Amino acid sequence: MALLQIEDLCTEIQLKNSVVHAVDGVSLHVDEGETLGIVGESGCGKTMTALSIMGLLPNGGRIARGSIKLAGREITGLTLPELREIRGNEIGMIFQDPLSSLNPTLTVGHQISEVVLLHREVSKKDARERAIEVLDLVGMPRARERVDEFPHQFSGGMRQRVMIAMALANNPKLLIADEPTTALDVTIQKQILELIDELRQRLGMAVIMVTHDLGVIAGRADRVAVMYAGKVVETTDTPALYFNPRHPYTEALFHALPEKSAETRERLYSIPGAPPDLVNPPKGCSFAPRCRYASDRCRTETPVLAGETTAHVYRCFFPVGVKEKTVGGQLVITEPPPPAETVTAETTVVGDVVLSAKDLVKDFPVTKGVLQRRVGAVSAVAGVSFDIRKGETLGIVGESGCGKTTIGRMLVGLDKPTSGMISFGGKDLARSSGRQYRRERRDIQYMFQDSYASLDPRMRAGSILREPLIVQGIGSRREQRAKVKEMLLKVGLPEAWTERYPHEFSGGQRQRLGFARALLLNPQLIVADEPVSALDVSVQAQVLNMMRDLQRELGLTYLFISHDLSVVRYLSNHIGVMYLGKLVEIGTADEVYLRPAHPYTKGLIESAPTADPETERAKVHEGIVGELPSAIHPPSGCRFRTRCPIAQEICATKEPELKPYGTASRLAACHFALQPPVSPGSVAAAAESVS
Amino acid sequence: MALEAQAIAASDAELGVAPSSSQRGMLRRAGEVFVENRLAMVGLGFIVFIVLFCFVGPHIYVTNQVDTDLDNSLCGPSAQHLFGCNELGYDQLGRLMIGGQTSLEVGLAAALVSVVVGTLYGAISGFAGGFVDSVMMRIVDAGLSLPSLMVIMILSVIFHPTPTVIIFIIAVFYWFGVARLVRGETLALRNREYVQAVKVIGGRPLRSVLRHIVPNAIGTIIVQATFAVADSILTLSVLGFLTLGVAPPSTDWGSMLSGGLTYIQGANYWWLIYPPGVLIILTCISFNFIGDALRDAFETRLQRR
Repeated sequence: MALLQIEDLCTEIQLKNSVVHAVDGVSLHVDEGETLGIVGESGCGKTMTALSIMGLLPNGGRIARGSIKLAGREITGLTLPELREIRGNEIGMIFQDPLSSLNPTLTVGHQISEVVLLHREVSKKDARERAIEVLDLVGMPRARERVDEFPHQFSGGMRQRVMIAMALANNPKLLIADEPTTALDVTIQKQILELIDELRQRLGMAVIMVTHDLGVIAGRADRVAVMYAGKVVETTDTPALYFNPRHPYTEALFHALPEKSAETRERLYSIPGAPPDLVNPPKGCSFAPRCRYASDRCRTETPVLAGETTAHVYRCFFPVGVKEKTVGGQLVITEPPPPAETVTAETTVVGDVVLSAKDLVKDFPVTKGVLQRRVGAVSAVAGVSFDIRKGETLGIVGESGCGKTTIGRMLVGLDKPTSGMISFGGKDLARSSGRQYRRERRDIQYMFQDSYASLDPRMRAGSILREPLIVQGIGSRREQRAKVKEMLLKVGLPEAWTERYPHEFSGGQRQRLGFARALLLNPQLIVADEPVSALDVSVQAQVLNMMRDLQRELGLTYLFISHDLSVVRYLSNHIGVMYLGKLVEIGTADEVYLRPAHPYTKGLIESAPTADPETERAKVHEGIVGELPSAIHPPSGCRFRTRCPIAQEICATKEPELKPYGTASRLAACHFALQPPVSPGSVAAAAESVS
Repeated sequence: MALEAQAIAASDAELGVAPSSSQRGMLRRAGEVFVENRLAMVGLGFIVFIVLFCFVGPHIYVTNQVDTDLDNSLCGPSAQHLFGCNELGYDQLGRLMIGGQTSLEVGLAAALVSVVVGTLYGAISGFAGGFVDSVMMRIVDAGLSLPSLMVIMILSVIFHPTPTVIIFIIAVFYWFGVARLVRGETLALRNREYVQAVKVIGGRPLRSVLRHIVPNAIGTIIVQATFAVADSILTLSVLGFLTLGVAPPSTDWGSMLSGGLTYIQGANYWWLIYPPGVLIILTCISFNFIGDALRDAFETRLQRR
């Protein structure tokens, strides 16, 4: 019997004047000791499904019909005290943001033992012992000492471990993890995912992993349910879903992943439009308006969840992929999949150096006390040099806190470098100021990460876009209006939308708007700081395609900053990898990605989850251990040595310099690089052949 | 790309996600939220009534508020004098009207002056930050630490208390609080990316302050302005009550209240005390209700759906 059995669950949220049908007829089951992945874009109802199980719906939310059975016991109609018995006891839950889920005024030990005391008849002392025990279980070093520390004394990854410890304190039968690693860096994400998986095996729990990232569940879930517009549109075993998706939406999700097109650099498949409004769900198949295979039938009839075998069901009249059958309980694909089409890679014409950064350094002072005494400095960027050539994209990748955003901010003038030079068009941008400087600003524009925060909520789109032109005094009022409309069309937005406010745009559309603002001054270089990291994968594909198309059309140059290696690789000609303020490796995209020279680059690539169950399962124990050291006291010598698997004594004493490895054009800073060094003679020869 | 734009517009319409409010302005949407607040509507209704009462009323209910008429000294309510007369024989209802004119004018004007000055001062201080901010804020701290009522009293003794003088005396002390509040708001706003974006496009700091910070702090500012109106009316009443208000034959509600208090003992001259007292209270409460509702109305998040 299944541990958790959900039948035809409908959850509604009552708003002021309307009802959102957040979950619309979901049936799922989770067996004991099994991991079920629920995947879908934002607003598809996956979190609401999880909250319905816990009985933690937001104000106005209620379960309209359906049943949720936990170990055979119906839990939808339970009273609050009965529900409290289950929460935190039989079902544990991990939330997305570990900082806001922990009370900053109580020690973590207190918070964990509180969970134990609520459900067990134990003494305070025993509860504390249990807290130490579970902290130990989740891999907290020196658990006995750290149990009395406060949440702010832990790093993000450690806080998430505390959250897991809290969820596990009462040995739940079911653990619900709602986007448990979305707020974390890839290296930490890998550690946490591995921990959850290991604990599941050790404690025999069932896990529901809710995520938007197909890569996160590829190697860990036994079964996957894909949700769209409040419904499960496809559910089956993980390998079957990844190798043979049957629902067009699932297929589209895979096609939209940048890693699928990283080698060929072809346009990504992007799902047009946006998910439907769940207040008035569309008639028929809810995906029909965005589906490339939809027919009239899809728009009138609602498909049911069915398939050739009960092991792989989907809601579609015209399934994609190939037919399957079950043989002895195993899912077998009856027809071979069609051969993948190959597209030749395009080469971009790369011109002269547009911008050159030399030994950029940025320290943020750390002050203490009322007198603002300077007690130290955060070394955000420590001597970084690079060139950007016309028409190319330089991708900068690294974990949070590595200084990549600071570099972008220094280039656009939001931060002043402590030392170093940014030469742009024969001038040093780091030194200029005043009127001249404001004029020069137009040549380097910035595309912000959070498009919502970067657009003034009190201004209409038209005024936002006109502002750069007004500031720089370009054109008359009429010319400016015309230019704004032209630019809206260019980034793929209807020109009539100048009258809208930013909150009336969807996430992807706002990002287009932000890009349009950056483009209006005809800049020579656009610095894009994580432009797609807040977007769903299908919308991300739209924005990446737009950036690519306009780069070709207008000959733009990008500095593309992201934590996501697959996105950077898709868009960039060159990639620079940063670690704790240092550039540790730089080279052409394929070289860096396929043959990394620096152990950190290799670790990053291995930590990044890919949407392929086989590769994911194969690389179980790779990745980078530990956490990012403090940038106030960076490690001596090579800054990566504290987490490096191959570090030796010399790494602590001597700082490695950037030297060519593998090929002359790729530089890495490592004493024990993973690629053969290039002799100085051949460097010169290669340099000549390049120039 | 143009095709894509059409596709987006088409799918937008098809999916029914097209915002219904696309053609409505900010004020209109704020208005819709405001209208839903019952208390605020009652408050607004009362303010409209009071304004009509004070400024249109004297044309309908004509009384002589210049010459004293000692025959009618302290006469009670009658058909001729609906709310009776005061000790100098001025018709009390007519006097409430012209007293209200002074109270409202001084209240609104003092609020306007102090809010405009305080907003600019606070926004500039917060945006500049560092040393400039420290100096500007210490000035405000110093101002706030003065016993304002005492200084206001001294000033109104020194200067001949005409309404204009009183407006500035009140404003000089009220803007400190506004400045401090707006500065706090600015500190939060100046790190917003849309304010930083101005720097990227080469805009001057003043542009950030006037075009981005002040409009986004407008909620706080308007709320503060409505409270300022109420507070100024009260301050004027206090001055009037201490007989430091506008000089006769002009009057204000506070002066009327003060005049009435002389006769509180002995005979029951209720018409000298309750009407001005009640009007002061109701007017201040109404402005506060409106302020609360405006705060909600300008919260963009509440405007959706």
